[in-house]
Amino acid sequence: MPDVSSAVRDMHRMEALARSNTGVHRLHPVTKLLTVLMFLIAALSFERHAFGRLLPLFLFPVLTAALADLPWKPFLKRLLFVEPFVIGIGILNPLFDQVPVPFAGFEAARGWFTFLSLFLKTTLTVLAALQLIACTGMERLLAGLHAMGLPRVLVLQVSLTYRYLTVLAEEAGRLLTAYSLRAPGQKGIRFSAWGSLAGMLLLRSFDRAQRIHHAMQLRGYDGHVPLPPGTMPGMADAVWFFGWSCWFALVRFVDLPLWLGRLMTGG
Amino acid sequence: MHMADALISPAVGGIMWAVSAGFTGYSVRKLTKDPDEGIVPLMGVMGAFVFAAQMINFTIPGTGSSGHIGGGMLLSALLGPVGGFLTLASVLLIQALFFGDGGLLAYGCNLANMGIFTSFVIYPLVWRRIMKKGVTAKRIWWGSVLSVVAALQLGAFSVVLETFASGRTELPFSAFVVLMQPIHLAIGVVEGLVTAAVLTFVWQARPELIEPNRAHLQAGVSLRKVLVVMGIAVVLTGGALSLFASSFPDGLEWSMFGVMGEEEITAAGTVHSTFSDIQEKTAVLPDYTFKVPDGATELTETAALAGTSVSGLVGGAMTLVLAGLIGFAVTRFRKRETHA
Amino acid sequence: MSHHRLEAIHLKYAYPDGHEALHDVSFEATHGECVGIIGANGAGKSTLLMLLMGLLHPGAGTVRIGEVELTRKTLPDIRKRVGMVFQNPDDQLFMPTVGEDAAFGPRNAGLSESEVQEKVTAALSRVGILHLRDRAPFKLSGGEKHAAAIASVLAMDPDILVLDEPTAGLDPRARRRVMGLLESFSHTRLITGHDLDMILALCPRVVILREGRVAADGPSSTLLADSELMEACGLEVPLSLQPCAKCGYVGHRKCQVDMPQTGGSPCESR
Repeated sequence: MPDVSSAVRDMHRMEALARSNTGVHRLHPVTKLLTVLMFLIAALSFERHAFGRLLPLFLFPVLTAALADLPWKPFLKRLLFVEPFVIGIGILNPLFDQVPVPFAGFEAARGWFTFLSLFLKTTLTVLAALQLIACTGMERLLAGLHAMGLPRVLVLQVSLTYRYLTVLAEEAGRLLTAYSLRAPGQKGIRFSAWGSLAGMLLLRSFDRAQRIHHAMQLRGYDGHVPLPPGTMPGMADAVWFFGWSCWFALVRFVDLPLWLGRLMTGG
Repeated sequence: MHMADALISPAVGGIMWAVSAGFTGYSVRKLTKDPDEGIVPLMGVMGAFVFAAQMINFTIPGTGSSGHIGGGMLLSALLGPVGGFLTLASVLLIQALFFGDGGLLAYGCNLANMGIFTSFVIYPLVWRRIMKKGVTAKRIWWGSVLSVVAALQLGAFSVVLETFASGRTELPFSAFVVLMQPIHLAIGVVEGLVTAAVLTFVWQARPELIEPNRAHLQAGVSLRKVLVVMGIAVVLTGGALSLFASSFPDGLEWSMFGVMGEEEITAAGTVHSTFSDIQEKTAVLPDYTFKVPDGATELTETAALAGTSVSGLVGGAMTLVLAGLIGFAVTRFRKRETHA
Repeated sequence: MSHHRLEAIHLKYAYPDGHEALHDVSFEATHGECVGIIGANGAGKSTLLMLLMGLLHPGAGTVRIGEVELTRKTLPDIRKRVGMVFQNPDDQLFMPTVGEDAAFGPRNAGLSESEVQEKVTAALSRVGILHLRDRAPFKLSGGEKHAAAIASVLAMDPDILVLDEPTAGLDPRARRRVMGLLESFSHTRLITGHDLDMILALCPRVVILREGRVAADGPSSTLLADSELMEACGLEVPLSLQPCAKCGYVGHRKCQVDMPQTGGSPCESR
């Protein structure tokens, strides 16, 4: 089943990227979370026709990638998976809003700009989320979320889900292999095996959860979750957060592309 | 079903975050009061299970297509509504972070659409009622299918409402509803059947795992409480929306103020289009009305907002190039530094 | 008297479904001793370990660690002194990184952060995987996982180690490494396993379980070589105690029969 392994591989790649040690990686997780939040608010607060004005926001993912040594390929690949849903909803826009808008000397239906705006926003927001995890890692991100008020129980629960994802995906993969070897030519799981296949996996997961609980009890777990103490943000964090916030505010309130374009064309 | 960031406005995202945070806080309180400490590792592993199970393709008999397991209802049936809700929350968080499935700002929306409805509305209203007189295989089948279908219908409708309140797409409300509800009816039936198949198998092998044993985790989730919380959420949402929104004569469209205070400028009214040929093209959606420009000033304003004037386009292209150049320069500089 | 003593006295246990897993099990492990616990599947090994660790409560009989009897009250204290390494390291390594996993126990014990880090460093160095501290468990090889699981228990400074099939699923080199590690410990050790060559190499003494009772308790070299006893308990004499197929000699020395192709010696290679 290629599905299982490729999803897990993608996750592992993200985790591997989060292991490098650049300045961006060293930033406090809360700083990065808040900065991404500011970015999202700035990007999404643009109304539905905004197109050109969104472009300066690309500086954020581009610079993050450069400073954190992040490659582009895995992120763009992920985008390809996510984009179709939004395109599916947005592609009808030109039909529904045919108000002509001047576009570089021509006229185009305004719906096209709603569509393009959706496309750009998806690209920006998905990149921001993926880059956040790729330069932070799940463990540190959870520490950041905890610092921002996520209860301990949830921190432990999410980290357990994250931890056992790989293990259970591999187990599911083995079950599927065993199934497909005895059912050649079948694309999916046929009806009569629906319950038993996923059900077996579920029962094994229950047993595993019990063993994990035992392992936790034996090392002193009594419902109280021990977490490492948090660290404090430093000067670099302040610079990162306020620097970017200023840029987002500037982009949001001043039409930079128009200003720059007028400067160049003398318009 | 996953709502993308691009489809929502910060206001809608923020409100739904607040609503979801409320339900999460309530669930955590309930969970930590509970002496059953084993539930946390169980929830952790079950979250991973849902992930793994979603990768399995179930062939739908009589058709060439296949469906997947949903997870929300399954989790609630096994872990109780509180445990099921929190487990789904962790699954959605990981999906948003690692796979871009559903955005970070839209996380609250997704948690509401898939989690809150399933665990706090459908579970007590449908599943609990059906299982009240004792668990049987037949009841599991009916309960699963009805619950999952109802939960998905509510969720899909909520997606439409959120998208609509955000005003980020031109898709008319009626068209969106007509698109979303039937699709999710089909998905719901398949997901419900898969859920039923899995739950029946588990029930036959280990009957004690199907919920009543976790009765203490739902004692407090009474129908009245749920309705009160939902009511507050609705009032909050409605109030906040009406603060931001001004409705058009047809009562369906909302225009949003940008959260940063800038009024969104759209066609000031909806007038029936005079272009009959256009009307024909879109006859599938007869009650939709096309927007036509009100005046020249409005047009240029739209153009300015969209950044589609010549200067705007030149500038836009230049900002992109500049951003790229800065990124390239930084990368080069960093490489040289590490080599030195 | 030492803390490092473990005693099982007339343990009995029946599962809720009525299945009687242990009928009457008594044995004792003294300071620094390494005892193997063997038996066929279903003989009661796992149940015994759960009882010793206080994860199940015996229907009758007691467990004593040092001079302290295992009760619900003494449980937290006893768990600090007895560490158990699970058969499947994936069940034991539940935290996001190796270092965090080793820190789980010390943190629960309420140690200060600097003490926690000290214990983690010491435990990881002891099993030779300090460099894997920030690694996620799914990035580890089988042998590394076993080492990390052992370290997570060592970080709690136990006096007694209970190891459930410590070499299961390992390749020969990783198996050898884990065995070397276990041999180097001075803790009192209880080791279960179907890898009888491993048991023979590590444990001078074995307790053989059969159908929930102790079938034999004595020196490994005699008991494991007793083919009649082993057969009766659903086990087999380990390879290293079976006579050489060529020369019939039991033990390590050069084979008396030359092997024409290689000239090698099967006896020596064992």
